[in-house]
Amino acid sequence: MIRWRAARLVKVRDENPTARTLVFDVPGWPGHLPGQHVDVKLTAEDGYTARRSYSLASPDGVELTVQRVNDGEVSPYLTQHMEPGDELELRGPVGGWFVWRPAVPAPVLLVAGGAGIVPLMAMIRARRAAQVETPFRLVHALRSPEQLYYADELLRPDPAVAVTLAYTRSAPEGHQRSPGRLTADDFSPYVPADCYVCGPTGFVEAAAALLVELGHDPARIKTERFGPSGD
Amino acid sequence: MATFTRGFHGKRRGGDDRLPPGQYLTDDFPVLSAGPTPQILPSEWEFTVETETGQVHRRSWQELMALPSETPTVDIHCVTTWSKLDTTWQGVSLDVLLEDVETAAEYALVHSYGGYTTNLPLEDLLDGKAWIAYRYDGEELHPQHGGPARLLVPHLYFWKSAKWVRGLQLLNEDSPGFWETAGYNNYGDPWREQRYADD
Repeated sequence: MIRWRAARLVKVRDENPTARTLVFDVPGWPGHLPGQHVDVKLTAEDGYTARRSYSLASPDGVELTVQRVNDGEVSPYLTQHMEPGDELELRGPVGGWFVWRPAVPAPVLLVAGGAGIVPLMAMIRARRAAQVETPFRLVHALRSPEQLYYADELLRPDPAVAVTLAYTRSAPEGHQRSPGRLTADDFSPYVPADCYVCGPTGFVEAAAALLVELGHDPARIKTERFGPSGD
Repeated sequence: MATFTRGFHGKRRGGDDRLPPGQYLTDDFPVLSAGPTPQILPSEWEFTVETETGQVHRRSWQELMALPSETPTVDIHCVTTWSKLDTTWQGVSLDVLLEDVETAAEYALVHSYGGYTTNLPLEDLLDGKAWIAYRYDGEELHPQHGGPARLLVPHLYFWKSAKWVRGLQLLNEDSPGFWETAGYNNYGDPWREQRYADD
């Protein structure tokens, strides 16, 4: 049994107007691989509980980035009401499939749709921290500049991680690519890679199909989807 | 002792007696898959049952369609904590598909197009508990939900209801499948909350 542990919120960071990163202190946390997630449990004073799964945003420590779903049950609390010092329970790490292992030297292609960047960011941070030469490429689709998380880290040029930001509705002034859905051009040149695709269901369906069309081996494409109710 | 979360009240959506522990209700139909959605035409689809002695029974799409079908209305429970009540399917009961299969096996390993596998005791597929489903909510089953056909075993967490199903391997010994070797529970009973390996 993966046991529940008490987790105390120690720090919050607003990523954009609707998303917040929460850093927890979890005594006894066993560590995790980039790409894994945790289950969180919130218990109201009368004993009512709600649970959700959230991806870990960093390879070190327990850091979650939560997108607020306006009619959601848990995300409005986590993004607007929870304060440092407050506690919840969590357990994990969970998921041994959608993970990147620094010892694997194959090139990596990360494809994120919106909030799907979170587990991929853990991989990027792990790549930057590891003493490896593994080529990393991120293609990140997002509606508009306001939707960007981790702006400082993703906008900073880095030879280790090539970043393509693909705005689908509105791009910042001066951005080279005109707004629109992902196309084959966003992925050129083709390099065989271990692919990780994360985002809303429709996005993952389309992006994974595009990768297969471009010649990527379906057996090397790992996907993680969150449904419309992925609160 | 429980840890209370200050200021959290929750929404308490109804239907609680039909919700297993730790689940919440959704009206959507979220999709969870480990890789790209395979595109399989009914003309190339087949369903095989291989017994522990190596006997293979095959059925084409046309043969499946010719078998008597049922339209179960069932509640489904995903390990990621959503549950959906009163979902309606059409499909062929595994009782029908296994009727002429001679076997003393106790376990089944389910195989899917695309390489996915999941395991369960054979008895969990029998006695009206499981179907090969090809319609959902009156419509052809969409590829992202496992079309043209998926296994439907609603009494276990939904990862056991393998999408894009292509066959069963009947075994004397249990053989863990894809998620079962990646930290998830070997059996997956939502009412006993068997989510992870040792739950």
